[in-house]
Amino acid sequence: MSNPLADMDKPDVIFCIGTNMTECHPVAATRLKQALARGAKMIVADPRHIGLADLADVYLPIRVGSDVALLLAMAHVIVRDGLVDPVFIAARTTGSEAFFEHVGKFTPEWAQTITEVPAADIERAARIYGEADRGAIYYTLGITEHICGVDNVQSLCNLMLMTGNVGREGTGINPMRGQNNIQGAGDCGALPNNYPGFQPVTDPANQAKFEKAWGRKIDLENGITKVTALNLAGDRIRAMLIDGENTLLSDPDRKHCEHALRSLDHLVVMDIFMTDTAELADVVLPATAWAETDGVCANTERRVQRLRAAVPPAGEAKPDWWLISAIAKRMGIKGFDYASAKDVFNELCEVSTIYHGLNWDLIEDGAYHWPVPEKGHAGTPILHQDKFKNGRGVFMRPQYRDPAETISEQFPIWLTTGRRLESYHTRTQTGRSEGMDYLLPEETLEVHPADVDAWGLTDGGWCKLTSPRGSVEVKVQATNRSPKGTVFASFSFSDVPINALTGSGYDPITETAELKVCVVKVEPCEGIISPAPVI
Amino acid sequence: MIMKSSTAVAKMTLDGEEVGFTPGETVYEVAERHRREIPTLCYDPRLEPFGGCRLCVVELEGARAPVASCTTKAEPGMVIRTRTDAIDAHRRTLLELVASENRENDVDPLRGYASQELATLLDRYDARTGRFAGSHSGRTRDDDDNPFILRDYDLCISCYRCVRVCAEQQGDYAISIKNRGFATEITTEFSGLLRGSACVFCGQCVQTCPTGALADRKALANAEVPGKIEKTRTICPYCGVGCSVDVMTKGERVVGVQPAMDGPANEGALCVKGQFAFDFVHHHERLVKPWVRGEDGRLREASWDEALDRAAQGFLKAVAEHGRYSVYGIASGRAPHEAAYTMQKFIRMGFGTNQIDNCSRA
Ligand code: SF4
Ligand code: SF4
Ligand code: FES
Repeated sequence: MSNPLADMDKPDVIFCIGTNMTECHPVAATRLKQALARGAKMIVADPRHIGLADLADVYLPIRVGSDVALLLAMAHVIVRDGLVDPVFIAARTTGSEAFFEHVGKFTPEWAQTITEVPAADIERAARIYGEADRGAIYYTLGITEHICGVDNVQSLCNLMLMTGNVGREGTGINPMRGQNNIQGAGDCGALPNNYPGFQPVTDPANQAKFEKAWGRKIDLENGITKVTALNLAGDRIRAMLIDGENTLLSDPDRKHCEHALRSLDHLVVMDIFMTDTAELADVVLPATAWAETDGVCANTERRVQRLRAAVPPAGEAKPDWWLISAIAKRMGIKGFDYASAKDVFNELCEVSTIYHGLNWDLIEDGAYHWPVPEKGHAGTPILHQDKFKNGRGVFMRPQYRDPAETISEQFPIWLTTGRRLESYHTRTQTGRSEGMDYLLPEETLEVHPADVDAWGLTDGGWCKLTSPRGSVEVKVQATNRSPKGTVFASFSFSDVPINALTGSGYDPITETAELKVCVVKVEPCEGIISPAPVI
Repeated sequence: MIMKSSTAVAKMTLDGEEVGFTPGETVYEVAERHRREIPTLCYDPRLEPFGGCRLCVVELEGARAPVASCTTKAEPGMVIRTRTDAIDAHRRTLLELVASENRENDVDPLRGYASQELATLLDRYDARTGRFAGSHSGRTRDDDDNPFILRDYDLCISCYRCVRVCAEQQGDYAISIKNRGFATEITTEFSGLLRGSACVFCGQCVQTCPTGALADRKALANAEVPGKIEKTRTICPYCGVGCSVDVMTKGERVVGVQPAMDGPANEGALCVKGQFAFDFVHHHERLVKPWVRGEDGRLREASWDEALDRAAQGFLKAVAEHGRYSVYGIASGRAPHEAAYTMQKFIRMGFGTNQIDNCSRA
């Protein structure tokens, strides 16, 4: 996030797009509700009638994957009605003229034909955001998990830049990160293109810096992404070390993924449970769990916080850093003589630019937002205050593109996927916590009531969902949350492996999978009796 | 705190001492800042002042009756006395009244963060006399079979903190007040179960209840576990909001979670996952030993030596046969920094490549 969570009750206009915040980031959503109670206005764009939609002043039920069209049209209105911030544009940005010309042709009427949202509502949303003193944008995977994820983010940046809604309290562009330390995994350099602190591996100066710190010259070439690595498994990729990720359930196209992992010569998995992924490994190492592990994490607002062990590890489980170091030492790799999590973190701080001013003792109270470039620096709750990282903010000129798959006679229905409040990811943890089944005993497919009738389904009955990649059987739930022609399910339950269906395409730049859109057909299935939910 | 008083402009007199305050502060806030221990029951610093219990009354010179300090704004020149014999007697009587309404006043601290407030005040004011045989407000909802929140309204004292926290902090308006006086009830719309209401089981009402009338059923299930409750400050294991929690343990067992009221990301709030989904830690399916794939193709338990050697040899073999680019590492978005850092260093130092990623691409 460019701005801290504490800012979330400060905007006068909130624009939520592709984020089901009341379910996925519930505590952050309480702050938005407080802003609304104080009179802030909210625009919500989401194909599904999610909880936030009920609270919105303008709700834009866009067709899945049509975000760029909506955002281009909003930019069009903001330019047309003179709601841009010329002072900010002149002082802080570049490329505005070409961009303004670019959006000239993308009228709300044009966008209506793609998004299926009335042009008048797009106009209204654009004016509300354009007129805001403090407009803040919040988004989640509904923006990034598309073949055009980068275009989506750039389109949001354009809105922010043209209205100068950045670098101040209650503004900015705020991706809400989904996992407790997904931010941290990137911060620490678990990326094919960056050393810790987002220092590009392609820069010879960084190569020299890390050679000095670690004693080995590392390639100047970027590595491949995980998506490519899985595609090349059994071919160029022969051995993998996977930490605590249930790849089989969480990744798109399960069949492909399982095949990839099976074709490796060597797979080592570290986890706290024997997950579907761990079942495929040659070696499974028991890791310590939350409440057993000392360490550090960074939340969605870049706040660096301490994790503390409260109980001893289960059985012989060991912290991940210990497991990795033990393997490294047995392979004769130098630089893994750590005695504690503190040692590891302090080394990270030394080599990282954004953590350079931190150490284990300084983060005791979680008071710092990175970047903290040097000792004595107070941290950076709000990014881009006086300038952007690379100087000026650049207007990009994205074009609308159709999703990788579009509905056809054979597959006439859109499927979109996501998460639910009461379960977390693949339920390796929530599924093993008592009582969660009371609220969410099983997965269901959310179908608009009219579609339930039209497709010959029954509410509570079973259906077979088929995409070009596979089939899944799932119970039907009639609900107005789904728009007509679009169905929804989460990927939380291993008996409804919804990611057997997804995986139609990837963003060409980030290689993020288009988990938010694929096409399916839905058929009633006869004779299947639902297993009694275990409570 | 100290900064606040040094920038203060206005002055008032507190128990004979001249103190500064910032306009807008309540008498309670000023007094608290100056270390006066004014008892409260309906007060929660995160909520709008309510003024229901009248326990926080203080003497205000010139006023005919004592005033509730939690709802009275500080004004220049005010002369306030927080403790006099009359005020103490008044507080004691009030507490005796409240206490006599309830089935019990000593409840297990596992019930909730604020659950000891009433009992603590009863001791402080020596108010356990049972002088009044009151009748309590509300009826315990033992029909509500939800696994998270015990609705033990026999202990309700109608401070409405639960109703207010649900509305003002959580923003869900799941519960409200029905009837008045001794017939007062905290209830959901249509008086049904929480599950059928707007409730999202965030637990905020539980944690603000000063008597344990609303209680954390999952924690309470560990009431019989022997040992003293210890609290360890850490971060919720689920989403990226990064809420601060206090993990409650007895001996080597996690017995519950309470939100950190001073947690920077959450300020006392949690959601159903962070609040209630903690017991996976002790689940019998936890991996407690290394496993390796045996000759027969099945996974079996192994010693550390065998497992770590197998892990190391496999990577060395891949490099020997297919070159250093053939090894790939995937870090977790769930594990701490130290895991991701060592993982990327393992790949970069071990093989000189950048064949490393994390699970954020889905
Ligand atoms: S658990 Fe949360 S949503 Fe439910 S009644 Fe309590 S405060 Fe309201
Ligand atoms: S308590 Fe809920 S909102 Fe807070 S970090 Fe955990 S999962 Fe996220
Ligand atoms: S605390 Fe002031 S009236 Fe209850």
